[in-house]
This record gives sequence, C-alpha cells and structure tokens, in this order.
Amino acid sequence: MALLEIENLVVEFQTATGPFRAVDGVSLKVHEGEVLAIVGESGSGKSVSMLAAMGLLPWTAKVTADKLAFNGRDLLKMPSAERRKIIGKDIAMIFQEPIASLNPCFTVGFQIEEVLRIHMGLDRAARRKRAIELFEAVGIPDPAERLGHYPHQMSGGQCQRVMIAIALACNPKLLIADEPTTALDVTIQKQILDLLMKLQQEYRMGLIMITHNMGVVAETADRVVVQYKGRKIEEADVLSLFEAPKSNYTRALLAALPENATGDRLPTISELFSEQQTLEGAAR
Amino acid sequence: MTHVLEARSLVRDYHIPGSLFRKARTVHALKGVSFAVDEGKTLAIVGESGCGKSTLGRIITLIDPATAGELLIDGRKVDIAREGLTSEMRRKVQIVFQNPYGSLNPRQKIGDILAEPLVINTKVPAGERRDRAMTMLKKVGLEEKHYNRYPHMFSGGQRQRIAIARALMLNPKLLVLDEPVSALDLSVQAQVLNLLADLQDEFKLTYVFISHDLSVVRYIADDVMVMYYGEAVEYGSRDEVFSNPQHSYTKTLFAATPRADVASIKARLARKNAA
Repeated sequence: MALLEIENLVVEFQTATGPFRAVDGVSLKVHEGEVLAIVGESGSGKSVSMLAAMGLLPWTAKVTADKLAFNGRDLLKMPSAERRKIIGKDIAMIFQEPIASLNPCFTVGFQIEEVLRIHMGLDRAARRKRAIELFEAVGIPDPAERLGHYPHQMSGGQCQRVMIAIALACNPKLLIADEPTTALDVTIQKQILDLLMKLQQEYRMGLIMITHNMGVVAETADRVVVQYKGRKIEEADVLSLFEAPKSNYTRALLAALPENATGDRLPTISELFSEQQTLEGAAR
Repeated sequence: MTHVLEARSLVRDYHIPGSLFRKARTVHALKGVSFAVDEGKTLAIVGESGCGKSTLGRIITLIDPATAGELLIDGRKVDIAREGLTSEMRRKVQIVFQNPYGSLNPRQKIGDILAEPLVINTKVPAGERRDRAMTMLKKVGLEEKHYNRYPHMFSGGQRQRIAIARALMLNPKLLVLDEPVSALDLSVQAQVLNLLADLQDEFKLTYVFISHDLSVVRYIADDVMVMYYGEAVEYGSRDEVFSNPQHSYTKTLFAATPRADVASIKARLARKNAA
C-alpha cells in the first residue's frame, strides 16, 4: 500500500478575476522508503499540491480530490483535530528558506522541544535528551550548547539542519522537502542532500523532494514527476527520465541545462516545445 | 593592448566599531586579489557566500573604494576614495544585481528606469532619452508597450532583462553581473544567458560574472577565478580550471556540484542498491 496516495487533486484560489487553478488534476503515489522528486518551474503547482496534502493552505484555497490518503486514511474526510495529529508527526515538511521558517524569538532548542511536547508528550528531561540526540543525528556540533542559541546566531546551512531535526523529531513516515537547498551554497547543498539521503535510508522514510534543479533530481530521486502549469506532464523512474524523456517539455528542460550545451547558445524552452501539445498530452 | 579591467592586489577591510559589549575588529574581506580581463571576454568569479566575491564586484563597479591596491579601468588608474567618481567613469562600468525584485524602483515606470542613468550622467535631451530607452527595450527582447508599465507587472526574467537594459543605457565597456540568473527558473535562465551572449557580441562588452553555479560558469566564462575567504585560490582559463583544478577548495566545489548526466545517475543507483 502506498504511503501517500493522491488522485485527481485540484486546488483553486479565488481571485478578483475569478477562480485560478493552481493544481489541475494531479495524481501521485509515494511508497515507504521511496524518494519521489517533483520537478517544475515556478507556478507549476508543485509546492501548492504538497501544501494541500499537508492542509497548510489558507481558507481562500478550494481543495478537492478523488482521493487524498495517508497510510490508507483519507485526510480530507477526517476531522481537523484528527488530521493535526498526523501533520507534523507522521508527515513532516522542510521549507526553502531555513532562516525564515524558524521563529526568531525563541531558541532552536525551544522550537524542537515544542514539537516533542505536543506530539510525543515527553517530559522535560526526556525532551532535552531527545533534542540532543536529534541535533547529533543531523550533524550539528556541540548540540547541548547549540540548543540555547537563536536562529540568527546560526548560518543558513545550520538552520536547515535544525529544520531537518525538527521535521525528524517524531520519526515521520513521510518527509516533504520543499526546495530544501535552493537558498544554500553548492558545498552546503551537497552536505544537506547527503544528510537527507542518509536519514531517509536509515529511517526508511518516504521522501518527496520538490525542486526545480535537475541536478538535485539526478542526485536524489528514485522516481520523478514533472509538472507544468498545475498539471502532471510526465512520471518516470529517474534513469528513464534522463535517458529517454517522453514529454517534449522534459526534453526541453534537460536541453536548457547549461552543462548540456553543445553550441554557443542555449536552446530555450519556448523553442523546443509547444505548450498546447504538452498540455493536451498531459496525463490527466 | 591594455586590458579593459585590471586589478593589482586589491585589499578591502571592513572595520566593525566596538561597543559596550564587543571589541572593535577588522574583517579582511579581500586579501590582495589580482586579475585582468580583455575586451569582449568574460571573467567568472566563483565562491561560496562570504568569500568576498560581491565585495570585489562592488569595488570593480566603483561603488566602494578598495582599502589598498590598484584598480585600472581601460588602462586608467581609478581611486574613488581620493578623486571621487566622475560621470565619465560611471559610463564605463555598470552592474546587474542578483535580485530583479529588489533592484528596480517599484514606483518608477520602465521608461523612467531606463532613462535615469542618462539623466544623471549625460546631457542627452528628453526626446532622445526616450528614443534610446525604446531602442534598448527592444534590444533586450521586450516591447514598446512595456515602456509605461511598472516593475510589478513583469515576471522575474523580464525584470532581469530590464535591469540589463538599464545597465546598458550608457554604453558601458564593462558590465559586472552579480549572480544575474540564480533567482531565475531554468528556462528563463537559458533565455537570459543567451541574451547576455548576444549583447556581448554586439557591443563588444566585457563581463565580470559573479556566480556560485559552476554549470553556468562553465558555459559562459573565458577565464575563471575561484575565491575562498577573500583570496583568489585559483585563477586561469576556463579549460585549465575545469580540467585540472589545483586547489583543494576548487576540487570540493566541483565534487559538490550535482551531476545530471545518465552515467552518474547509474552510478548512484548502483551504489544505493549495493548498500
């Protein structure tokens, strides 16, 4: 059975000019211990579809789906109190801007212990012990000391490690990483990706990696979903996607990578694919 | 032949004043960097955040003075700390910043944004300013109808085109590009890189391209300089640096860059299955 199962997800936002469809009939599945990458440009609905699964969208968003099930339980039909017990515990999420996603007014120790208190009901001493363990697991040096620090005292890479530690605090079954390395340097990106892959293997988690970087996809994913304008354009295992992309949009994306450049000009996406054709061919 | 840009052991220190709780200290952002760029060529400056590459960009663009060392533009020594900045020098060097959302004034129309460098640095009459702005707008792939619009009406890629157009309004010889594509999507990134290449050919522009994305650098640069903690640890032609990196930091940087080719994916999957 799939860990997360989404069928025909539609997300609409009410705007002054009528409803806007950010996600248009996306279906996907993630299995235990699997790394799924969702690739797309900004505006392709990749973040919105995962925020919808997490129930983190504002009330202006209208979320409908034929099925949105985690571990066989339908998330849309359960009462919100029930759902909150799953979100943050069994499904955890890491965001793009590590420094912005931590609360600047509290120490990182407080923020990680808050999760442990709410979801795990541990007492003070046990929380502290677990927090130190988690900081060690994500490679933060001198964890006991670091717990007392505020986010502004840490670098971006360290903050992202804290975010990962918070996400892992309750041993989630599914981790959603939304552009976890976009704001970081390449060398730090490598460290964070290596860490995520190591932890994913260790805890046998399902991992959804949302990214627009084809390099990150190539380095991490087992399976890849390509999204464009809210629709799923292609789904394939990572090797076949890079070896023989089926959709002309994916082909264009790969051709636009500077490292694949052959001439002295890069082929641009608009030259290589027709939007009409791609959207018609999209798996609906 | 003189180089368009030459730097001789540039040093920049920042003094952080002390307070009740802290002693005064000095940050050495640049520790003696030297390089030269010829006309129509591109020098890429690579390094992680905090390595001094943006400080160097600001010195080359004549925004900040260097603490020590010499900066020669078009064979002429420039020292803005002593002589100030003449509009003649400003016409020679321009910069494009990383974030196209922050670098355009939201309350100015595109036409006014483009004409402003002319207002400040030249005596060109208003009618001609308008014509030149119009021409430049088309040159960077935008249209006449965009002239009276505001920055918020444009996408990130279009805004970066506007920033490039503004930088080119004074026909500079040297353009400093501070991470011009790192805030852009892959497809838009390709378009902007192509635009930069076209403009370089047309106007014989010299680029200083600051970036941390090695795949972009490999594509666009003639020479590459790798910086680490304020020092140039590696400097040479692109092929030299990429085929035979000398410094350990350069090697780390190469190893950290994700690879998107089929062979590396196969290797990774094989490792994973073996584990």
